Amino acid sequence: MTAVTDRPTVASGGAPLPVSLKQARLPRWAPPVIALVAAGAGCGIGLGAGLDSTIQWGLIAAALFVLGTYVLSAAVEGGRQAKDRLATSMVWTSFLLAVIPLASLLWETVARGIKVLNVYFLSHSMGTLPDALPGGGIYHAIIGTLEQVGLATLIAAPIGLLTAIYLVEYGRGRFAKTVTFFVDVMTGIPSIVAGLFILSVWILILGFGPSGFAGAMALAILMMPVVVRSTEEMLKLVPNELREASLALGVPKWRTILKVVLPTSLGGITTGVMLAIARITGETAPVLLLVWGAKTINNNPFDGAQQSLPLYVFQQWQIGTDAAYDRAWGAALVLIAFVMILNLVARGIARWKAPKTHR
Amino acid sequence: MAKRIDVSGLSAFYGSHKAIDDISMTIEPRSVTAFIGPSGCGKSTFLRTLNRMHEVTPGGRVEGKVMLDDENLYGSGVDPVAVRRTVGMVFQRPNPFPTMSIFDNVAAGLRLNGSYKKSELKEIVERSLKGANLWNEVKDRLNKPGSGLSGGQQQRLCIARAIAVEPQVLLMDEPCSALDPISTLAIEDLIGELKERFTIVIVTHNMQQAARVSDRTAFFNLAAVGKPGKLIEIDETERIFSNPSVQATEDYISGRFG
Repeated sequence: MTAVTDRPTVASGGAPLPVSLKQARLPRWAPPVIALVAAGAGCGIGLGAGLDSTIQWGLIAAALFVLGTYVLSAAVEGGRQAKDRLATSMVWTSFLLAVIPLASLLWETVARGIKVLNVYFLSHSMGTLPDALPGGGIYHAIIGTLEQVGLATLIAAPIGLLTAIYLVEYGRGRFAKTVTFFVDVMTGIPSIVAGLFILSVWILILGFGPSGFAGAMALAILMMPVVVRSTEEMLKLVPNELREASLALGVPKWRTILKVVLPTSLGGITTGVMLAIARITGETAPVLLLVWGAKTINNNPFDGAQQSLPLYVFQQWQIGTDAAYDRAWGAALVLIAFVMILNLVARGIARWKAPKTHR
Repeated sequence: MAKRIDVSGLSAFYGSHKAIDDISMTIEPRSVTAFIGPSGCGKSTFLRTLNRMHEVTPGGRVEGKVMLDDENLYGSGVDPVAVRRTVGMVFQRPNPFPTMSIFDNVAAGLRLNGSYKKSELKEIVERSLKGANLWNEVKDRLNKPGSGLSGGQQQRLCIARAIAVEPQVLLMDEPCSALDPISTLAIEDLIGELKERFTIVIVTHNMQQAARVSDRTAFFNLAAVGKPGKLIEIDETERIFSNPSVQATEDYISGRFG
């Protein structure tokens, strides 16, 4: 707190001197030091007051940090800088508060799931293994998830893409507005409702049995609006000048969309579809209603009950023995890894396909 | 190759708003016709009616006749796509396709319209790039993205792309307004060469440019903001700039307006 420079002073004649552009600033090491002090004080207060929860300690420390930065900055640097520091420290505190659950979730899953994760676990089903015993695997659940999500994507991606193209390139007037409205409504459908809808139509009315395909249809209902929305935004980003340039060359509209508009936005569209896939991969409710879950491998998604990763986690947790808990955590880890890999692939594709502007 | 354009009684609308009112003029083949006038007077709108790009804008609508030699562009059964193949266009801002290489950009019009042999395409691309005075600068990097070129080069790339489909008429909407003086000079020289083969119509805000490149000049004006733009007069460029027959033209050219 020594970096105080002279404030502009008033000359003897009464006319103000040219105002200096330099201002008193807290040194660079101030924020981390304040953070350390606040953390220490938070722990001290927590211990002293006998608070059980370390979360409370952390919250006290965070509040102290925000407050301390503000007061100190107001004293040294003045009001505007103090507000700036307040905003900065709040942003950092919020960031940490947001990251802590994510990090602890990842840590917990990896720590508990890594125990059972091996080739045997990945390549075998539960088979006839009694639920309470250790062993068994998730091969049947991986197959189920891949097939159900794959089928759902095959249904939802083309419909979603075409809908978005219609809305952006052709849609005018009332019909387009209606479509947009229903897409918005669909975005908010709870997954259990999508599952119940397919259950009533496909299984109760049409009389089919449970199958991976039934689950895929429900997942497609959930995925479609996400694909429409993200694709729409991406297509809107394509400059109109490119469409006009193509049309002015005498290229028909449909070829302009196919050869100019879509390639230009392909990176973003792919990312959107991948994120939609990631979203439906973790859905449990429709799978529970429509696919039922199985203990053995069923490679045919069109006939008979299948397993899927989220449902497997749920069922293992219900069994409630230590071995089942371990399996649940292992499957959860695989599920998280799967979604994360999808996200990374999406980012990779987006970067690779983005229009190149460098020389 | 080049064709004469005969416009009679042409009005264009955006929804219910009339942007240009009752314009009639003749644009001579193998010559450069410049459109000048204040912003918002409908020069660009009029230009876009000449290859039916106006109706691409939502709510865009046209009344009147545009005869290309003896065919009415707005006659029944006329395909706008075919019109645009005959009447090419270069835009204000260079707009190469960002996903395509330099080669693909020039070949775009041909490739998207039909199938060509590779050797045929190569020949046309080289010819078009030479026609646009760009060949020497890009011949070693035809596979690089077109958006990596400088602004002036991009605009010449767009001209090459437009002339690759061998149109009869080339419309240019302020092609130099985003460019530096050297690139502008390059494009003006190019316009001088292109008029041997094409009918060229150019919209410009730069009156020196109109005086330099055009054979005939048309002056557009509007009575007030919100009123439709009108053609005030069209004449030999020399006469417009030395001894125009309408007072408003002289006022605009000599800077006495408003």
